[in-house]
Amino acid sequence: MELLLDIALLALLLITAISIAGIKDLLAAAMLAGIYGLLSAGFFMTMGAVDVAFTEAAVGAGISPLLIVLTLALCGRQQRGDRQRAMLALFLVLPVGALLIVATHDMPAFGAADAPAQMHVAPHYIQQSMAEIGIPNIVTSVLASYRGYDTFGEVVVIFTAGLGVLSLLMRSQGIDEPTVEPAPNAQSRDIVLRVIAKVLIAPIMLYALYVQFHGEYGPGGGFQAGVIFAVGFILYGLVFGLDAVRRVASHGLVQFLSAVGVLIYGSVGLLSLASGKSFLDYSALASNPVSGQHIGIIAIELGVGITVAAVMIMIFYLFAAQLRLQPRGPSLTPDHQGTDAGTAHLASQQQGAG
Amino acid sequence: MPAPRIWRHSNRGPVNVLLASHYNYWIVIALMMIGLYMVIAQGNLVKKIIGLNIFQTSVFIFYISVGKVDGAGAPILSAGETLYSNPLPHVLILTAIVVGIATTALALALTIRIKRAYGSIEERDIQAAEDKQDRATPPLPVGQEQ
Amino acid sequence: MIDSLLSGISGLLLGLGCFFMLTGAIGVLRFPDFYTRMHAAGVTDTLATFLIITGLMLTAGWSLALFKLGLILLFIFFTSPTASHALARSAQHCELKLPEQSSASDPRSPTSTESPPPPAMPTETITTLERD
Repeated sequence: MELLLDIALLALLLITAISIAGIKDLLAAAMLAGIYGLLSAGFFMTMGAVDVAFTEAAVGAGISPLLIVLTLALCGRQQRGDRQRAMLALFLVLPVGALLIVATHDMPAFGAADAPAQMHVAPHYIQQSMAEIGIPNIVTSVLASYRGYDTFGEVVVIFTAGLGVLSLLMRSQGIDEPTVEPAPNAQSRDIVLRVIAKVLIAPIMLYALYVQFHGEYGPGGGFQAGVIFAVGFILYGLVFGLDAVRRVASHGLVQFLSAVGVLIYGSVGLLSLASGKSFLDYSALASNPVSGQHIGIIAIELGVGITVAAVMIMIFYLFAAQLRLQPRGPSLTPDHQGTDAGTAHLASQQQGAG
Repeated sequence: MPAPRIWRHSNRGPVNVLLASHYNYWIVIALMMIGLYMVIAQGNLVKKIIGLNIFQTSVFIFYISVGKVDGAGAPILSAGETLYSNPLPHVLILTAIVVGIATTALALALTIRIKRAYGSIEERDIQAAEDKQDRATPPLPVGQEQ
Repeated sequence: MIDSLLSGISGLLLGLGCFFMLTGAIGVLRFPDFYTRMHAAGVTDTLATFLIITGLMLTAGWSLALFKLGLILLFIFFTSPTASHALARSAQHCELKLPEQSSASDPRSPTSTESPPPPAMPTETITTLERD
């Protein structure tokens, strides 16, 4: 039964990937990419990876298509059919695929309990986690405590990506002085969308807090909670306009919070260092080592949640601000080389309408 | 609560069907190659980024498949269970998913800037614009400032 | 006895839900124009999801899972009609017309004005959202 589900989901994933490769309309490709993310989240559920499925559903089916669609609004929707390297790509890809398939013959059977992957460190985590850390969700205890250093690196990577997007897309005129914006604040005057958004945003925030603090007892944790929290703000921004959401959480505040999360995480580590133990050894935080682990895990998950939420909101602000700074339609600067079909079509339309 | 065990004698029959045991890995390889093909062959930058996403997700599927144990549930300790899936691949892939979205966001921001600078996100147009720029500004002798 | 009755009803609801999902999917692919396809997608979103979640709720028994499924159902009740509404609004914003009735009364005739400019759509809808 499980095997049937596994085969069906993977076959659907393959079909979706092939259609994404073949399709020319980029908006449809973005939607298919969202479906691809949702299908892989379903697949992860059948593999028993509930935390991973949660994160993939939030990120791959939520944030990722949103960012791609925002980029398409700025860059144009049609892809020019450019197949000049299709043959070369096929000649490269097919032999590599064949070699990899030959290499999988040595792999242990799928699901085998005596595979080398299940042997060395994993039994220790499963057996000792309750005694050493004291929380039921083994994934959270490994993520936050046993492999806390890797998670610190991950938070810094998210922060760095936020910095990168900030340095690429920030214009001092557009972000800090909204009065010189060329485009008016685009908000929806549709009564259904406004009321539904108002009704839904509070439960979304509450759910984000639930996921944040429940991550030790069930699927959840800082990353998922951060993404869901950011989604609440993004919904508000999409319906009520960028100015409204920036009045609630200003750009400066969001930048500040994205750094605060990383600092909280690092401070927990430094606190353990100051108490005489090693960096990120939570047993130094309280007299009882297990309580110390609990305190440490809550603190760093809070740091992770704050940084992830702040970086996602900041990236949305930056992308959406770009939409307001440019004239309608993709760029029509006179010195660009060659136009794609969409730009030409749009230009002729605007000339015809104007 | 008894100490949970992670391994037990496999109760699959003597016939080891290659399809059932390796199907996951072959689909992963197929997805990986589709992603790689999209990165190489497609000219549009956003399409390349989507292809990179497909490639990444196929690697996630591979890791999670390796971590699965027959008959085991999620790695959350509960009273009645003795068999749990391997939590280590889950942790690694959780990190990888979040890092993946971070790099995707950065790549999309770069695409927006490229569009503003060159007016197009098709690779051929950008290459042509670059060549035109190279031809327009003659190369200066070494050591001379602009 | 009550358990087998409950699982029987639950199986029936799940089967019905799957049937409506299948017909909704076939409708989205086969219907001739945008507005009828939207109806098919709405059926999938609301009716089929309601049947499936209710079927699952019957097998969950009195537990936290029942409460969570109820909350999911409530959330979907709020969001899926809103999604259909948002789709219809964006179509109206792009002035997507109903197909003209041609003399051959073929709903798939090429006189349907269903292909107004696709490249114009995303920038219009995302930058301006609503212009009443």
